[in-house]
Amino acid sequence: MDDTTITTGHPGGPARRTVLAAGGVTAAALALAACGGPEGKGAAGGGGDGKPRRGGKLRAAFAGGGANETLDPHLTNLFADAARAKALFDKLADFGSDMSARPRLAERWEPNKTLDRWTVTLREAKWHDGKPVTAEDVLHSYRRIADPDRAFRAKASLEPIDLDDSRARDERTVEFRLKRPYAEFPNVLAAFGAYIVRAGADDAGDFGEPVGSGPFRHVSFTPGRSLLVKRFDGYWDGAPHLDELEFTVADEESARINALLGGQVEYAHELNPTTARAHDGGDRVRIVRLRNSAMQGFVMKTDRAPFDDRRVREAFFLIADRRELVDGALSGAGEIGNDLFGKGYRYYAGNIPQRKRDLERARRLLREAGHGDGLTVTLDTSPVATGFVEAAEIFREQAAEAGVTIEVRVGNADTYWSDTLDSGVLACTRSGTMPIESHISQRLLTDSPTNATKWRHKDFDELYRQAQSTAEESERTALYERMQRRLHTEGGFLVWGFADWIVATAPGVRGVAEDAPANTLDWARFDRVWLA
Amino acid sequence: MTDRRSWLLRRLVLGVAQTAGVVVLVFALTEALPGDAAVALAGDAPDPERVERIREVMGLDRPVAERFGEWAAGLVRGDLGVSLVSGRPVTEYLAAGFGPTVLLAGLTMALLVPVAVGLGVLAARREGGRADRVISTVTLGVYAVPEFALGVLLTVVFALWLGWLPPTAVGYGSGLLGHPAVLVLPVLVLLARPVCSVSRLVRAGMIDAMASSYTAQARRYGVAESRIRWTHALPNAAAPAVQQLARTVDWLLGGVVVVEALFVIPGLGTVLMDAVAARDIPVVQGLAVVFGLVTVAVNVGADLVTHDLAPRTGVSA
Repeated sequence: MDDTTITTGHPGGPARRTVLAAGGVTAAALALAACGGPEGKGAAGGGGDGKPRRGGKLRAAFAGGGANETLDPHLTNLFADAARAKALFDKLADFGSDMSARPRLAERWEPNKTLDRWTVTLREAKWHDGKPVTAEDVLHSYRRIADPDRAFRAKASLEPIDLDDSRARDERTVEFRLKRPYAEFPNVLAAFGAYIVRAGADDAGDFGEPVGSGPFRHVSFTPGRSLLVKRFDGYWDGAPHLDELEFTVADEESARINALLGGQVEYAHELNPTTARAHDGGDRVRIVRLRNSAMQGFVMKTDRAPFDDRRVREAFFLIADRRELVDGALSGAGEIGNDLFGKGYRYYAGNIPQRKRDLERARRLLREAGHGDGLTVTLDTSPVATGFVEAAEIFREQAAEAGVTIEVRVGNADTYWSDTLDSGVLACTRSGTMPIESHISQRLLTDSPTNATKWRHKDFDELYRQAQSTAEESERTALYERMQRRLHTEGGFLVWGFADWIVATAPGVRGVAEDAPANTLDWARFDRVWLA
Repeated sequence: MTDRRSWLLRRLVLGVAQTAGVVVLVFALTEALPGDAAVALAGDAPDPERVERIREVMGLDRPVAERFGEWAAGLVRGDLGVSLVSGRPVTEYLAAGFGPTVLLAGLTMALLVPVAVGLGVLAARREGGRADRVISTVTLGVYAVPEFALGVLLTVVFALWLGWLPPTAVGYGSGLLGHPAVLVLPVLVLLARPVCSVSRLVRAGMIDAMASSYTAQARRYGVAESRIRWTHALPNAAAPAVQQLARTVDWLLGGVVVVEALFVIPGLGTVLMDAVAARDIPVVQGLAVVFGLVTVAVNVGADLVTHDLAPRTGVSA
C-alpha cells in the first residue's frame, strides 16, 4: 500500500516539535528578525532564473531521523530520506506535478492488450562506477523490496507484480507479469521508495558508501548530521549544475530558518506558514510554496451511526466552511477542497461544482435522518500534523451553527493513525501526494489496507477494476469520474483543503521548481538547481 | 574517621539502591509509553499487516518479563542492547552524542562556578546596595525566562540582527571545538538560569555568614575584610550552593535537550529526541539509565563535598 504517502517530516516529528511548542514566541521573534533585516526591501530573488551557472556547493537543511538514518533507499521514510535517495538513486519512473508517472530510468513502457504484461525498456544509464544499469538490477531491486521477510515501505506498491514470473528479456528490457490487469502500472514504477539499486546490493555494507545511478555520487555520510555528495558527470539526464550538495539535519523548524537567515544553509525544507508570512516579499530569503502538497479533511466512518446514513454525511459536507478552515487551521497557506482527493491531479473530476456551505439544507437533512433534536458526535484529533487540533476546534464551532454538538477528543500523537483507522466515527485526516488511483486502491476498496472511511461497495470496487482493465484513456477517465462523482455525493472523506508545502532558499538559489507538490519528481530536485 | 567511613558506606549503599530503582523505573516507564516502534514507523499509513510484520522483525511480540530479564542482564555486563530501528548497539549512539553534550555541560559548569560565586559575593558585599539591587533584579528576571525563549531571543539579536555569532551549529558536526563561536549562544542559554539560582543562594549564604558571630570575632581580631569574606564566610555559604550545583547537573541534562534542538548540536539530547520520536526503546532506555546514573553519582559527590564543607549535614538527596 502506501504508494507515495508522505510522512510528516518524521514519524514522530510533531511530538518532538511540541517540546519547543511555544511556537508563538518563536514566530514573534522571527517576525522581528524579518522586520529588522539590515538592508532595505528589494526585489524577491528568483523569478526568471536565467541561464544556469555551473559550480558551487549548496547546503540544504531537512528534519532528519537521527543516528538511525541510512542511505538504503528502500528504507526511505522521511522527506530527508527521499531527498537523499533522489540525489543518489533513480526510480524507473517518478510522478510529475499532476501525479502522472514520468519515465526516468525506464525509457518507455508498453502493455500487452490485456494490461497484465508490461515491457519496460531501460535507458542507457550508468552506475557511479561506470557500469551500465541492467534489467537484472531492476529485478533484484524489486525482489528485495518484495521480500516477504522484510517490511520495506514500497512492498505493498509492488504487490500487483508477479516477480517469480517476471524476467529480463535482455540487458535493457524487463518483462513484468502482473497478477491482474493494471492500467495504472506505471504508478508502481514511480512508487515511494521503489528505487533501483545494484544487483547484489543488500546488506548495510552495500549502502555504507552506496553506488547509485542518480545525479550525485556519495562522498561522506554521518547519520543524523550530514550527507555530502558531488556531481556525477555521467548522469543520463545531464550532469547537475552544482559541484557539491550537502544535506544537513536540523529537526527544529526555527533552527532551519535561522540557519538559512544566518547563511549556514541555502535551502530550508518544511517551514511553518507563520514563518513564511514573516518573510514573504522580503529580500533575505525566498519563500517557495509548493501548492497542493497535502490533502486536509475529516474521515467519516460510513459503516456506523450516525454516518451510515448518507444524509448525515451530506449534511456534514454542507456544514463545513472551507475557507475558514484553510485560513484558521492552515494559516491561509493552502486552497479549499471539494470533498475529493487530488485537486489538479490527472483524472481529477474538476468539473464537479465546488460544494458550498448550506446550513439550512444541512439542518433539513439532519432532521430527515432523525436528528431533529440535535446530534452529538465525537471528533478525534491529535497534534500529529499542522492544524489538526485547530481544524477540529473550528469545525466544532461551524457544526454548532447547524445544531450539531461536536466533542473534540485529542488523542495520542504517536498512535493516532492506528487508533483512528478502526475506532471512532469522525476524525481529522491528511494525506500526502499520490495518484488518485493509489488513493482509491489504498483507502476506498473493500480490501484496502487503510480504509478509514470503511467505504465498502462491491459496485465501486467493480468500477475500479474496470478502469484498470481499460486501455483506452478517455474511457478510463470517464470511469474515474464516475467513481469521484459517487464519492463527492456520498463518500466518507470530507476534504476541506489542500495545504501548501513551504520551503525557503537563499536569494541566489535558482532552478527550484515552484509547482511541484512534495515528493514529486521536481520536488527537492537538486540536479536542476544552481547558484546565481 | 570511622564515623566518616560508615557515613560514606551508607551513602554509597543508598546510591546503589537508587541506581537499581532507576533501572526498574526506566523499563517500566518506557514499557508504559503508548504505541511502539512499529506503530511509529508505520506513521500515517498504519496498514495492520505491515505494523504486525515490523513488530515481528523487531521482536516486540516477545513477553515483557523475557525482555526485561535480557535487558537487565545486559546492563550488568555494560551491554545496553541494540537499536530497534537500525540494529546497531546502543552504546554507539551514546558514544556519538557524548562528546558534544559533555562539551556543553563541561563548559557550562566551568563558567558557572566562578560567575555565580562572583555575582553572589558581589551582591552580598552590601545588602540592598546598588550592586545587590542590579544583580538581584537581573538574576530574578533572567531566571523567569524559559531557555527556549531565551535561546530564540539571543539568536535573533546576536546572530540574525548583529551577525556576530552563527545562529546554529548546522554543518559543524562534531568539530564544535574548532568553531568556538558556535558554542557561545548555547552555553549562554544553559548558563542563564543556574547562574541566577546559584548566585542567589551564595548571596543569601554570604549575608548570613558575614553577619554571624564568627566573622564578627574575626573582625575583632583584625583579620582583613576580604580574607574574612573569601576564606571564612564563603565555605559556609557555599554548602547549600553545592547542593544546588548538583541539581544543576540534573537540570543541564534536560536543558541540553532544548538547547541542542535549538542550535542543532548533535549531542545526547538530540539522540534522545530522535529515539523517543522513533519509539526506539532500547536507545531511550540506555540514555535514561546513563542520565540516571550520572544524577546519582553527582549527588553522591555533592553530598561528600557538603559533608566536608559543613560536617553537620547528614545523608541527603
